[in-house]
Amino acid sequence: MIHSLFLINNVGDLFLEKHWKSVISRSVCDYFFEAREKAGEPDNVPPVIRTPHHYLINIYRDKIFFVSVIQTEVPPLFVIEFLHRVAETFQDYFGECSETTIKENMVIVYELLEEMLDNGFPLATESNILKELIRPPNILRTMVNTITGSSNVGETLPTGQLSTIPWRRAGVKYTNNEAYFDVVEEIDAILDKSGTTVFAEIQGVIDACVKLSGMPDLTLSFMNPRLLDDVSFHPCVRYKRWESERVISFIPPDGNFQLMSYHISAQNLVAIPVYVKQNISFFESGSSGRLDITVSPKQTMGKVVECVVVTIHMPKVVLSASLNATQGTYKYDPLTKILVWDIGKLNPQNTQKQPNLKGSLSLQSGAPKPEENPSLNIDLKIQQLAISGLKVNRLDMYGEKYKPFKGVKYVTKAGKFQVRT
Amino acid sequence: MTDSKYFTTTKKGEIFELKAELNSDKKEKKKEAVKKVIASMTVGKDVSALFPDVVNCMQTDNLELKKLVYLYLMNYAKSQPDMAIMAVNTFVKDCEDPNPLIRALAVRTMGCIRVDKITEYLCEPLRKCLKDEDPYVRKTAAVCVAKLHDINAQLVEDQGFLDTLKDLISDSNPMVVANAVAALSEIAESHPNSNLLDLNPQTINKLLTALNECTEWGQIFILDCLANYTPRDDRESQSICERVTPRLSHANSAVVLSAVKVLMKFMEMLPKDLDYYGTLLKKLAPPLVTLLSAEPELQYVALRNINLIVQKRPEILKHEMKVFFVKYNDPIYVKLEKLDIMIRLASQANIAQVLAELKEYATEVDVDFVRKAVRAIGRCAIKVEQSAERCVSTLLDLIQTKVNYVVQEAIVVIKDIFRKYPNKYESVIATLCENLDSLDEPEARAAMIWIVGEYAERIDNADELLESFLEGFHDESTQVQLQLLTAIVKLFLKKPTETQELVQQVLSLATQDSDNPDLRDRGYIYWRLLSTDPVAAKEVVLAEKPLISEETDLIEPTLLDELICHIGTLASVYHKPPSAFVEGSRGVQHKRLPARAGSGESAESPEVGQSGTSEAPPAVIPSQGDLLGDLLNLDLAPATTTVPSVQPSMQMGAMDLLGGGLDSLPGVSHRTEMQSPQPSSDYSERELGGDIGGSPSMGAALGAPAAMPAALSNAPAVGGGLGDLFDLGGGVGMPTGFYVAPKTLFLPAMKAKGLEISGTFARRGGIIQMDLSLTNKAMSVMTDFAIQFNRNSFGLAPAGPLQVLTPLTPNQTIDVSLPLGTTGPVMKMEPLNNLQVAVKNNIDVFYFSCQYPLSLLFVEDGKMERQVFLATWKDIPNDNEAQFQIKDVHLNSDAASNKLQGSNIFTIAKRTVDAQDMLYQSIKLTNGIWVLAEMRVQTGNPNYTVNRNKESCQ
Repeated sequence: MIHSLFLINNVGDLFLEKHWKSVISRSVCDYFFEAREKAGEPDNVPPVIRTPHHYLINIYRDKIFFVSVIQTEVPPLFVIEFLHRVAETFQDYFGECSETTIKENMVIVYELLEEMLDNGFPLATESNILKELIRPPNILRTMVNTITGSSNVGETLPTGQLSTIPWRRAGVKYTNNEAYFDVVEEIDAILDKSGTTVFAEIQGVIDACVKLSGMPDLTLSFMNPRLLDDVSFHPCVRYKRWESERVISFIPPDGNFQLMSYHISAQNLVAIPVYVKQNISFFESGSSGRLDITVSPKQTMGKVVECVVVTIHMPKVVLSASLNATQGTYKYDPLTKILVWDIGKLNPQNTQKQPNLKGSLSLQSGAPKPEENPSLNIDLKIQQLAISGLKVNRLDMYGEKYKPFKGVKYVTKAGKFQVRT
Repeated sequence: MTDSKYFTTTKKGEIFELKAELNSDKKEKKKEAVKKVIASMTVGKDVSALFPDVVNCMQTDNLELKKLVYLYLMNYAKSQPDMAIMAVNTFVKDCEDPNPLIRALAVRTMGCIRVDKITEYLCEPLRKCLKDEDPYVRKTAAVCVAKLHDINAQLVEDQGFLDTLKDLISDSNPMVVANAVAALSEIAESHPNSNLLDLNPQTINKLLTALNECTEWGQIFILDCLANYTPRDDRESQSICERVTPRLSHANSAVVLSAVKVLMKFMEMLPKDLDYYGTLLKKLAPPLVTLLSAEPELQYVALRNINLIVQKRPEILKHEMKVFFVKYNDPIYVKLEKLDIMIRLASQANIAQVLAELKEYATEVDVDFVRKAVRAIGRCAIKVEQSAERCVSTLLDLIQTKVNYVVQEAIVVIKDIFRKYPNKYESVIATLCENLDSLDEPEARAAMIWIVGEYAERIDNADELLESFLEGFHDESTQVQLQLLTAIVKLFLKKPTETQELVQQVLSLATQDSDNPDLRDRGYIYWRLLSTDPVAAKEVVLAEKPLISEETDLIEPTLLDELICHIGTLASVYHKPPSAFVEGSRGVQHKRLPARAGSGESAESPEVGQSGTSEAPPAVIPSQGDLLGDLLNLDLAPATTTVPSVQPSMQMGAMDLLGGGLDSLPGVSHRTEMQSPQPSSDYSERELGGDIGGSPSMGAALGAPAAMPAALSNAPAVGGGLGDLFDLGGGVGMPTGFYVAPKTLFLPAMKAKGLEISGTFARRGGIIQMDLSLTNKAMSVMTDFAIQFNRNSFGLAPAGPLQVLTPLTPNQTIDVSLPLGTTGPVMKMEPLNNLQVAVKNNIDVFYFSCQYPLSLLFVEDGKMERQVFLATWKDIPNDNEAQFQIKDVHLNSDAASNKLQGSNIFTIAKRTVDAQDMLYQSIKLTNGIWVLAEMRVQTGNPNYTVNRNKESCQ
């Protein structure tokens, strides 16, 4: 099982170590540093590193490497999932997961890690349970603690620990009972030069914020559940009922959680909301190039496309860009070689004047013409629309008497949306 | 106010300050001080000097303070064991606390303190906590057993904690069940044969029930445990699959992958025509695809596993090609894996798409990735014949880009395409030649030179081209030099008139100016061939080459099956069996996929599936090691009468011996009889058929003199030898030569970069020989073979060099006989007849181990004088005697004795008593050990009884 954990920042300082079994010397991280060196970019560090006596399984999150050490055969996915869970818990507790916040809350971090694993076996990883065991820091509590001398460690056994619904604590009480659901869809797509879709799929999640008293039993149904053939549910969802009736029946955890995620694959037709016409070319002589990009709305189901941003990783030899944008602003960072064009809204009415970015690029003189073509990364957002067409039909509550306030929100975003040139 | 303030004091007097604060009367101040101590500890400062002061704070009602002190204790108890004892009382008291949280915390912390003295005190509280009324305490205690086992395994066994732990599998609380399974699995890893997780339909049912209700981590443990179970039949298998499938929709990817493992394994048992089988296949695809939208680290592990799944069952993901398309901002490790899978999934239906993608990738920035993409195009051409033309034209387009490394890779793969489709695409040679100058990597240069040499007759200026390479001959790498030598010789054979000078030049460069033995030898061989018989040279050098196979990097099927059983583990990430690399897994069990019901091979019983040997070298007989224990017990027992419990295996051994040989006798077929009475057989049918010389039972019967403890392990090996002898290969009644077992695989091609070695041992005319078949399963020629043995029990060593004179071309097999001497250095091996061999060729050095039949060592002068025999027989103590039976031998005593003589087992005397023939026999080993045997043959009864005695004569 998981033996030890080291946290290392992106410049290579080891700033926290935790051992769940015997102590393993920090020097084991040298193998990691070696791999880190070899990889160049921090993103490219291989997740599983073999050393003579141990295996190092690591993830890179929020500019921190979470490096775990294992000694026996352990499913690597188990370790990676757990590490992500640790990062999420820090995020949850301290608002952000960064070296500074971790150092500021070192004792809580240590208490959390101790509570999350016992001898390398996961113990309590549900945020609800952890929060009952170790209360998250906030200004008010710190003040109260200083005055009254009470602590931020729970004195009693978390109620959820052993029930068959470990994700929910008993005796929840709210004055306003409310349940909100956000259907968030991200389009992952690759378009080729001519604008044809090479590959497209939708990654969707339903995030919930449920603040209901008592033990509510909820049922969420969809207008078109057939869209969903590849789903992953929060453990609270009763899979049997989904299989037989295609409704989501569950006793919700308290607060924010991800109810389900789904995946609508390339076989189904995925609507592409924007059309990108682009031409980036570099000339053999004269150390220059041209760039001409036009973005226009395509299949938007009558909604406005917002927050459109085009990001281009330029080849190393591009020194500067002198461009003209008909809408929005552009910025070229000669250090990172990233060109960002922030367009904003796409106006569906005005089909004549589509946002356009045009101009010349100047290259390092004498350098050969770049071999690779830069890809365009598109960001966008469409409110009030799930691009797959998924719609929630109704939400019913059983088990409690009060009338909750309910709401559903839809939003579509671009995930990994790339246009090749 | 944050914890960062605890880091501010870094002055020298810090420890003293903390000490004062820890001893303060005020609770609040104490707690703050402990916090400061913990903070220092987390960043690696040494605060162990404060041990007594911190431990003093342990007696408190404040849970947070208690937890902090516990944290401190866990860290420093090891360095201050005597001080840690001070804490024991508080622990014991806390284990009785009314608050379950404190009870659990105490037992949990105690388990983490790795001090022997403390563990002694832990036993009683732990026993109570394992039976605690509160499940939270029980589940914590379950893990504590695993901790304790890690510290002191013997203690855990003596205290009976393992049984309590097993009972917890039936606990009413799913979380407790999950933790018990997790703890048992961890303990089982260090006890591979302990059978701790005794899985039967009842426990499986309990696990499946708990699976639905426990936490995600618990589900992983339970699923991994389920994967070790072998269902009795396809119906049970199906019902387990049905209950596991919902896990495929879990948000935790580790749960999903573990469920995939269970399904992939149990699917093996389902008949393919079953509707459910098809449904299951369909259900597997979406979760695998979903794994690819997770974080890159998860994707990587998923992709490594998908790589296995795609090889085992390509039908699952055949329509999902697009999800493996590479995004430019994927990390490089994900990109390379995706590319691999794309090629595996490439088929005629999707090849156009794949090629378009690959061409796109070839213009990316990352050099490694681009290279692999170019290679992938070549592999597609070789895999999908219809696409070859398209691939070649794509490659030509890429060559036009003139990007140096792209051109080089393209040339390397085009060479392979030529090999696969000869006389089809040679028109592109002209284009390739244009890029000759830009090639600076050895592999690409060698490929180009190969092409020029192979197609010399079509390239007008081939001689000029090759000559240009020749100028810098000394600076080239060996690979290029060898290729250049061959190419020029080819050229000469094709155009002898113009190139005489050139070939002389290269031959003298290779033979006279080079220090490289490989190059020199090849040069000499060509030289001699050309000077003695140019026609023969032409036949050899320009021989038609076998076509290269479609996929060269597939995982070998048996390994693949084993890896499928290990989906989701480190083994699956490295594509190596766990035994190959996991440290601390002493004797990892080789897992096998269950057999499909109704198929030719009968389904193995669960025990068989689990009971593979540890670290089995290629030619080992599986059960030998397993039975060894029993056998030795038998030997050491004072009475030498047959112990009934060993009987079945002994019979089995005897039957094995006679299996292969008797089958070939006309009109006699004992196959069916032989199979039947083996309830505890560890042999599969396949193993039965072959050379099962190493019958452990024979060894069982061998007495081991107390004076020679080393000979104990000799037993099974000698048995092996005798067994072979009985495998009566020739005609009945004729004195036959030494029994030679059929060749077995010593070294699979996969482990030796394409070199496959199988072989056997023989004794011919008093000379021990090792017969080897070397097969080249790689795409390149192998040369320069040499062999060496490690020190071994009988001092076997090669008496001459390995006679492989010609280079081994791809797909060619060479048989060689290697004479062996017994005068090499001696070292006792385990098992005794184990032989470790190193074989070298131009590619690398490979190692394997094999086992030789002991009969190899029976010398020709093993016939003992009658008087000596009688005297010796009497002198041997009873303890050294053992007895066993050989069944179903339809030979009379004379025929048997004749046969045995062929293998240097000499009959000294024969006596007939009560219709029984008694044969007295002697054997002498090369190292001077004598073995005496009495064989009783009952006429009309096909069972032999053999008593064996043994002694050593210096």
